[in-house]
Formats: sequence, structure tokens, C-alpha cells
Amino acid sequence: MAQITLKNLAHSYHATPRGEQDFALKQMDHVWQDGGAYALLGSSGCGKTTLLNIISGLLRPSQGRVLFGNTDVTDAETAERNIAQVFQFPVVYDTMTVRDNLAFPLRNRGMDAAYIKARVAQIAAMIGMDHILDRKARGLTADAKQKISLGRGMVREDVNAILFDEPLTVIDPHMKWELRTQLKQLHREFGHTMIYVTHDQTEALTFADKVVVMYDGRVVQMGTPEDLFETPAHTFVGYFIGSPGMNILPAEIRGGTAHLQGAAVPLGAAYGPITGRTQIGIRPEYCVLTEGDGLPITIRRVEDVGRHRIVRGEVAGSPVNVIAPEGMPVGAALTHVRFTPDRINVYADDWRVAPAGGAA
Amino acid sequence: MEKTQNNKAWFLVLPVLVIVAFSAVIPLMTVVNYALNDTFGNNEFFWVGLEWFEEMVTSDRLHEALGRQILFSAIILAIEVPLGIYIALNMPKKGFWASVCLVLMALPLLIPFNVVGTIWQIFGRVDIGLLGHYLAELGIDYNYTNDPLDAWITVIVMDVWHWTSLVALLCYAGLQSIPQAYYQAARVDQASRWAVFRYIELPKMAGVLLIAVLLRFMDSFMIYTEPFVVTGGGPGSSTTFLSIDLVKMAVGQFDLGPAAAFSIMYFLVILLVSWVFYTVMTNLDKEEGR
Repeated sequence: MAQITLKNLAHSYHATPRGEQDFALKQMDHVWQDGGAYALLGSSGCGKTTLLNIISGLLRPSQGRVLFGNTDVTDAETAERNIAQVFQFPVVYDTMTVRDNLAFPLRNRGMDAAYIKARVAQIAAMIGMDHILDRKARGLTADAKQKISLGRGMVREDVNAILFDEPLTVIDPHMKWELRTQLKQLHREFGHTMIYVTHDQTEALTFADKVVVMYDGRVVQMGTPEDLFETPAHTFVGYFIGSPGMNILPAEIRGGTAHLQGAAVPLGAAYGPITGRTQIGIRPEYCVLTEGDGLPITIRRVEDVGRHRIVRGEVAGSPVNVIAPEGMPVGAALTHVRFTPDRINVYADDWRVAPAGGAA
Repeated sequence: MEKTQNNKAWFLVLPVLVIVAFSAVIPLMTVVNYALNDTFGNNEFFWVGLEWFEEMVTSDRLHEALGRQILFSAIILAIEVPLGIYIALNMPKKGFWASVCLVLMALPLLIPFNVVGTIWQIFGRVDIGLLGHYLAELGIDYNYTNDPLDAWITVIVMDVWHWTSLVALLCYAGLQSIPQAYYQAARVDQASRWAVFRYIELPKMAGVLLIAVLLRFMDSFMIYTEPFVVTGGGPGSSTTFLSIDLVKMAVGQFDLGPAAAFSIMYFLVILLVSWVFYTVMTNLDKEEGR
């Protein structure tokens, strides 16, 4: 087990990259703590899998170093790095039995037969396959095969890290929950560093202690689920996390007030002079519909999603979503929306600006 | 609800029946006719029953040709299948060189059989052939026209040259369909090169490999043109395979009765082998749950 350090790392799939747009991963410096459970979250094509493959050694980065603990492993083979990886689509050895599939990584490392037997039994029980250990893997359903892949990923106890590349894509929703819980339990039990790639925010937020949000080849924020929700560092994080995402409105910031097409919105703190394109971000959860207090809103649609309602409307020419609690009547009298001042984040060129006072 | 029966619908299949009758049934029945009768020309036929079949089944000449045929098919399968797999495994997976390889590999397959025979016939000649001449220069006593072993080697090398590409290309297609994740997982699992072949590549190639073996078996079992052009079945009858023998019998000696009986048995053997292959292949598919 080891802390993983990425130093000046960048990767391009072009042999001779010309400029930043050719890089699938923009230059980054990150440290992944030993024993952490990380989720790597982002939309498709943002570089999540590239980053994962660089950590596992399947891909050599175009520049920068990868360190496990204090050892530079940039040029080390995958096998030497001693990591486990589970892929998006099930990879099983068709002609082997379930048992042999699970034992394969241990046998290749020359483990003792008695140990292999015990360990395979333990893992099989965990993934709920102990009754079909002697069946051929060929002909099993996709989610059974993926469980074998997960099992193979977890069978070695001494790995530096376990990497998961959207492993639950092919699995039934109810089974997803169960497996994720088991992964979490496993993490608590053995304390492996786990990196879990996903584009599903629920999966990321429930699995990880720390969520790493990637956007366009860059890590835009690394933080706890709470950080991501309350203080998104980038408008993409605000938009990507939450359902619906954060409302982003162009505004001019002057001291403790944001000006939106003439209307003034009080902010929770004062800001110094800001250059660039300024916007404010407010989560739908912190917007309140009122009968005259706040900004005028044109309501377009109300969606009842069960535990609350999502009111979709427009404020000063920008779309704004408001979450109205269940039971609160939404009627024609509600013509205004009030933003809770200390929940408003300010962005300049999409990146969050800290208030002048230093308080968050 | 009662279904309406309209037997006039049968007329709709009539055109197909006519075509099949003229293209397959009538020619085949003509052969059957020859196999069961003796004829002295003039369209006069005398019923002989299974006499020709008995003669053929007990004929030493046919046994020898069959033995040679089986040996030939066995040797070329034993060479071409492993060699084809080996080539497929070592071909570049993508890029410019992959295309170059594919074109080069496909070339022998595009040459007419007759031309392949002629190429090797000249190539191997001791007087003017590139191969024959230089082997002689090196002091190797090589002459496919009067040494049976040399004739066999020539015919086998020619077949390997001509057809290994087919096996290689089919295997290559099978290999290309393996997702990259399998190789990555194998690297993570620290699998050896042999384990990758044994547990990933071979199982994924099994389907196409069976087709390759079937095609190569059938083609080699029916081989005629190339050895006929190179050796004409000689020296003696050392490279006289079943087809060559059949043509000698039917066209050369004009023994239509025995030749017809021979043809029918030949046909049945190939049908039987193909059926066995088909059964094996469908069972394999079932096992995979497709």
C-alpha cells in the first residue's frame, strides 16, 4: 500500500502534441493518500480512464512522473506496480471455471495452494458466487461475469491500490447498491487505496471519502461530497453535481452585492475587485419562491419528483431551477425568488472566487 | 380460426425445383446411373447393381490414393494451422504496416490455382527454376520429377505457400475482435505470454479456427489443379491424390462405371466430414450460450 503522487503529469495520444488542445490530460499535480477511497467523476471523454490507465501502468504518460510512496514507477510495468484493476466490461477467462478465474492472479504470483483456496472461498462468499465455483465462466450472465471481475480485482490482499473503471455499468440497479456497499466494507476492512471511476454522481458520492471531479482533461476539484455541494470550485462541478445542478447566472459583482440586469442580490460576503467574466452560482435547494421578495421569476414548468418539486423558470434571461418542498403550494402568487445570500458562490471565468474577508 | 388450405401455393416453388433439378439433381442422378450400370456407348445401359462399388471399395489403387490423400491433408493441416496462428499473432494490429501485411497475405489467395501450379512447376525445375537451380548449386539432390519425396515436399510447400494466408487472415480477424481490456486485465493479473494465448486468444479464436480447419480440410481433400500441374500425379503415382485418380479413371481410361461409384463415395465422405464439423461447431456455439 502506498501513497500515489502524480508530478507534472500530462498525457497526449498524439505523438507530437501541438498545444494544449491535443492533450487528453492537462498538466496536473496530485497526491492520493494511502488508504483513501477516491471517486473519479466526470462526463465521458474527460480523461478519467486515461488517468486511471496511467496510474495502473497500462499507459505511459507523455510527461511527468508517477510515484508510489517514494518509488518512481513511471516506467514500471503494470505487474511490477502491484495494483488491481476492474474494467468497465466484464473480463473473464471463458474457458476457466469461476474458481480458476478468481485464483488466476494469485497463481500467477506463485502463492501457496492452501492460501489460494482459503482466499478464493472468502472472495466467492463476498460476491455471492460460492455455489457456482466449479462452473465454467462461459455462459454466465453479464453481471455474474462482472462480479467475477470484481472478485479477481479484490482477491490479492497486498495490492498498492485497486482501480475501478466504471465497474457497475453492466450491473442491475439493485445489485449495484449491494456491490457498492460491499466495496465500501472491503475498503474499511483492508484499507486499500481505491480509485473508482464513474460518471454517476450518486455512485461517486456514496462510494468515496474524496471525490475528484474532472472536466476536459483537468482535475477541477478534489474534495468531500459536502465540499462539492456547498462550494463547487468550478461551474462544471456545480452543474455536474446535484440534481438539478447549480443555477449559474451572469452577474456583476460589486462588494457584497451582485447585479443582475439592474436587480441587486445581496451576497453573504464582500468581494474585492474581480476581473474576467463573472457569474454567481446558487443551488436550487437554496432558492425560495416568494410573493414579492427577491428577483422576479417567470415559471415555465413544475416537475413533481416525489419527495419535492422542481420548479423550472427564468430569472433575468437565464434558466433557474428552484426546489420547492413537498406540500408547499406553487401558485400564481409566487412571482419572485430569493437566493439565500451565504449560499451564493461567485465565479470568475468559471473558477470560484473566495470572498475578500477570507471566510468561505 | 380455421386455416385456409390452398395447394396452388406449391406452384410458387416450382421454378426453384426446376432450377435445382437441372443444376444438381439431374447431374447427380446421371452419375448414380453410371455407377449402377455398365455401358458400351450408344446409350445402352446394363444393370450391374453394386458391382462397381464393390470393385472400388476393394481396389488397392483407391486405397493407396485415399491413404495419400489423408496423409496430405494431415500434413498440410499440421503445418498451416499452427503457422497461420503464429503469423496472425505476430501481425501488426493497426496502422500502415497492418494494411501492408494484409495485402501481402491476401496475394497468394488471389492467384488462380492453375497459375500457382505453373509458378511452382517452373520455380522447382532443376534446369531453369530459381529454387531447383540454386538447390542443385548448393549440392542438394533435388528433383521433383523423379524423386517421390521431393515431389511431396514441393506439393506441400506449394500448398502451405498458397493457403496459410487463409488461416492467418481468419485468425487475425478473430484476434482483432478481442477487446483491449482483456490484454490489460491479463497484464494486471500478471499472466504469462503463454497464459494470454491459452486463456484469452485461443478461446476467442476457436470459432474462426474451426472454420479455417474445415475449409482447409475440404479444399485439401479435394485438391486437384496444383499437384496436377506440377507433378501430374507422379513420379509414378506417388502424388496421385483422389481427385487426380478420379480424373485419370473417368477421363483417361473412360471407366465411367467405376469412376461414378468412386465419385459418389468421395462425395459422401466429404459430406460426412462436413457434417461432423458442423455438429462440433454448433455445439461449441451452444456452450458459449450464443
